[in-house]
Amino acid sequence: MSTFAEYATGEPVVDAKAPSGPIGERWDKRRFEAKLVNPANRRKQTVIVVGTGLAGGSAGATLAEQGYNVVQFCYTDSPRRAHSIAAQGGINAAKNYRNDGDSVHRLFYDTVKGGDFRSRESNVHRLAQISVEIIDQCVAQGVPFAREYGGLLDTRSFGGVQVSRTFYARGQTGQQLLLGAYQALSRQIAAGNVEMHPRTEMLDLIVIDGRARGIVARDLVTGKIDTYFADAVVLATGGYGNVFYLSTNAMNSNATAVWRAHRRGAYFANPCFTQIHPTCIPRTGDHQSKLTLMSESLRNDGRIWVPRAKGDDRPPNKIPEDERDYYLERIYPSFGNLVPRDIASRAAKNVCDEGRGVGPGGQGVYLDFADAIERLGRKAVEAKYGNLFDMYQRITDEDPYRVPMRIYPAVHYTMGGLWVDYDLQTTVPGLFAIGEANFSDHGANRLGASALMQGLADGYFVLPATINDYLARNPHKDEVDTDHPAVQEVLAETEDRLNLLLSVDGDRTPDSFHRELGELMWEFCGMARTESGLRKALERIPQIREEFWRRIKVPGTGEEFNQSLERANRIVDYLELAELMCLDALHRAESCGGHFREESQSPDGEAARRDEEFTYAAAWEFTGTGDAPVLHKEDLVFEYVHPTQRSYA
Amino acid sequence: MARTVWDSTVGKKTVMAVSGLIMLLYLVAHMLGNLKIYFGALEFNEYAHWLRTMGEPLLHYEWALWVVRVVLVVAVVAHAVSAYQLSRRDIKARPSKYVHKKARASYATRTMRWGGIILALFIVWHILDLTTGHVHSGGFEEGKPYQNVVDTFSTWYGNVIYIVAVLAVGLHIRHGFWSAAQTLGVGSRTRDRALKGLANVLALLLTIGFLAVPVGVMTGVVS
Amino acid sequence: MKLTLRVWRQKNADADGAMSTYEVDGISPDMSFLEMLDTLNEELTLEGEDPVAFDHDCREGICGACSLVINGDAHGPERTTTCQLHMRSFKDGDTIDVEPWRAAAFPVVKDLVVDRTAFDRIIQAGGYVSVPTGSAPEAHATPVPKPDADLAFEHAECIGCGACVAACPNGAAMLFTSAKINHLNVLPQGAPERETRVLDMVAQMDDEGFGGCTLAGECATACPKGIPLSSITGMNKEWLRATAKGAGR
Repeated sequence: MSTFAEYATGEPVVDAKAPSGPIGERWDKRRFEAKLVNPANRRKQTVIVVGTGLAGGSAGATLAEQGYNVVQFCYTDSPRRAHSIAAQGGINAAKNYRNDGDSVHRLFYDTVKGGDFRSRESNVHRLAQISVEIIDQCVAQGVPFAREYGGLLDTRSFGGVQVSRTFYARGQTGQQLLLGAYQALSRQIAAGNVEMHPRTEMLDLIVIDGRARGIVARDLVTGKIDTYFADAVVLATGGYGNVFYLSTNAMNSNATAVWRAHRRGAYFANPCFTQIHPTCIPRTGDHQSKLTLMSESLRNDGRIWVPRAKGDDRPPNKIPEDERDYYLERIYPSFGNLVPRDIASRAAKNVCDEGRGVGPGGQGVYLDFADAIERLGRKAVEAKYGNLFDMYQRITDEDPYRVPMRIYPAVHYTMGGLWVDYDLQTTVPGLFAIGEANFSDHGANRLGASALMQGLADGYFVLPATINDYLARNPHKDEVDTDHPAVQEVLAETEDRLNLLLSVDGDRTPDSFHRELGELMWEFCGMARTESGLRKALERIPQIREEFWRRIKVPGTGEEFNQSLERANRIVDYLELAELMCLDALHRAESCGGHFREESQSPDGEAARRDEEFTYAAAWEFTGTGDAPVLHKEDLVFEYVHPTQRSYA
Repeated sequence: MARTVWDSTVGKKTVMAVSGLIMLLYLVAHMLGNLKIYFGALEFNEYAHWLRTMGEPLLHYEWALWVVRVVLVVAVVAHAVSAYQLSRRDIKARPSKYVHKKARASYATRTMRWGGIILALFIVWHILDLTTGHVHSGGFEEGKPYQNVVDTFSTWYGNVIYIVAVLAVGLHIRHGFWSAAQTLGVGSRTRDRALKGLANVLALLLTIGFLAVPVGVMTGVVS
Repeated sequence: MKLTLRVWRQKNADADGAMSTYEVDGISPDMSFLEMLDTLNEELTLEGEDPVAFDHDCREGICGACSLVINGDAHGPERTTTCQLHMRSFKDGDTIDVEPWRAAAFPVVKDLVVDRTAFDRIIQAGGYVSVPTGSAPEAHATPVPKPDADLAFEHAECIGCGACVAACPNGAAMLFTSAKINHLNVLPQGAPERETRVLDMVAQMDDEGFGGCTLAGECATACPKGIPLSSITGMNKEWLRATAKGAGR
């Protein structure tokens, strides 16, 4: 038995910042109660923002507009390349432009329900409230949302909801929103309010006297490791889906910033809550380096099916209508193809496990547009989804206008992340986490088009309001002394780690370890999890870690542009984070949202929550590599949306 | 901060476009005038004389012609200087070439620079040949342009130089006219085909029109 | 498939570079071009050689990081990004030349990686709408005619990869710059800064050392997002309009 699994349970965590009172007034109340920083004093305070995606880009721009000194980092060569850019489908907002019964309360309700009652009500309601302001802000920035002939904004539907509240810019909504934030950030860079460090990667957090005071970062071009200091640090570094090696994340998306922050005292919440997206292009072979998403919006018009018979290997157009199983429409008649992601993914896995999957290896289901093309005409389908169809054709060499797409679930998003309070502050004072990097809003499953909403809500509106309170209570006093033992220790640890990676000179490449870990995680901590599987993974991970430090080979030196070193260093952190994910999945002996434990299901195979035991967020405290962490529970209270078994039938 | 017209690449291209269009207008008039050679020596020489008396009695003898000459010289110099400076800038902006070379763009586009240089050299020769007579092949006679033209095209090199230059003019206009339209912002996706067509027609008409003269002399229609 | 690769190797910005030849075997036609390079790099790593450095991130054709000139074409023979180019576009036994973007304004960082921060500075010069967070009016306050919104979107699709500069015989950034100008200038939200935007961005483009436009059209041919050449015409028109209005003074 691994000692890692013998975790202790510590004091519960309490979100001390969430106000009480009617839920619709909490955000106003918090904003009013928060202390402010005098505009003249803001110039004296520096905030480090790591990451330039939707959350980081919008936060950096807004904090700079408010008058703070912002020092910002991204590992890409330009802040415009953060992976938010790849989000396709859209962004939710409770504008009710359609007059279809939408409201802030309905968006709040849908999100709490979609998250399978594992998110914090106050946060989700705030998100729904802010959603309407986001659209206003983005339109004013010149984001070219899709419009109707009257010149007004168009919307479409997404999974898990019955209203049309998703605003979009063809299949490139994330790109357009990110460019809006990037442009706002660019304006502040030009104005001298943001000091931008591209191609610079955060490698550790500096905590002095219990407060986050800076970071250690490496210039990826020169290899120089430097320290940067500030009055507060904001992590907007995205999710950790790349633990699985194959995911829809960008190749360089990584967990180093959040994991290093975790090691320095920030609790990590619900690490096992990962979202498997139902509509990705199936893998083609062992060479596969990443998986490509096909937007959920496709499920508006595409119909998902597999052959009724096992092992039916006729081409799709040779399978007559009555021998097809439109299984989502059959099992969930009221939501049909638009059930939430976790449900659609699991259903796909089930039909493939039954031997009815299509394509190479039987790992795929059809997403068929024949009906839509007949109903709307090819032109209309092209206008809505043209770029997605093109992308599909380029990757698979098949024409989705004629042959149904083949799709299969893939790791896409991580609902878990650093534990934050209502102010988005972690358990390390002065360290904030926003966007996908935190855990707060999506519970155990995120609804489509809500990630963009959360990233921008956090960056444009929530953090800029709440960080004031922290900065006002902790006014700038002394510069951090570079000779401070805490700084020297972090710096030395970072240098030692990189030097060790370079000096092992073994016989295995970083990618080979990453791939091995990813396969292990997909098998045992993927779409369906069991106690025995998770225990197996927990046994195996320390072995891989041991082998990694014995056999890793990183060519070159640390004083140069060295992509192998970057990669290897990220894997060091994945090898620890993966262990925590498995432990979290093991301890949560219930099924909820994206976390499906085979031991906990209803007679008809649906996820069965165990609310009496698990209505809490699990916040883990780090105690040492391979050492059992301490579990702190944050009890979740549902005053407005009462937990029920989710039903989309 | 913003740059002046002359300092900006876009501004300098505007200078090229405007000066190019002025020269193009002149070429159209010049070509039409040339064709008068087919109506005999008398009419052609009278036309040449009229060019000098144009605008009289309001203007003095040759004043109008000098105005045209000054405008043309300014256009040529502005065009050439802009072209030179922009080319220098372009070459500097792409200091190292690709190892794997590929034929790029259309022939007309690729020959703009060399074509321009050929044309500049030709203009000098053309003036020395038929305006001042310094390099004229026969006995140059002021006021007898018909005979001068026939003399020039009675030599093989006169024909070769002229024909090469005219072909260069055609290619230059083919890309230049369309390019000027884009620089001046009048192109659009809907208008693009029309503009390209117009450029081709202009280039073709000017080439044929100018070639008509040496062809006429060579075939004996003009003698 | 078995292929011969000739790849530009350059230790760092100051070092001299040269083409190096490598053989790769067992390449599947379903691999992306970058996955083929991954295969090469895995082999080089095990042989203790320095793997080939190249920029890449999303591998979905949207982040704009990947940037290879393949057989003389920016992003290779298909109209797409390098990451979306698949090996089925090549034949067994082919020799493939792989080079970095070439332009004075894009200095080589290492091997196939170049520095494209000049693009960021062009955007910083005016590629935005000045609207501080919280100051926005209701989204439906200003309807935008659908054709204008569509036109703006078409230009906004630019991913900032720099293929236009790489393909341009003059190393010009006209298409990149014009795409952003057209995106914002066509929208009512971009109108108040319409003149200063075009003048400042064009000036910054010149300051960065990009070349001028000779309308060769290579940029639009190479653009993976299909930004049309008419975008440059639109920018010229905006520039002349702003200059005529005396906005630069």
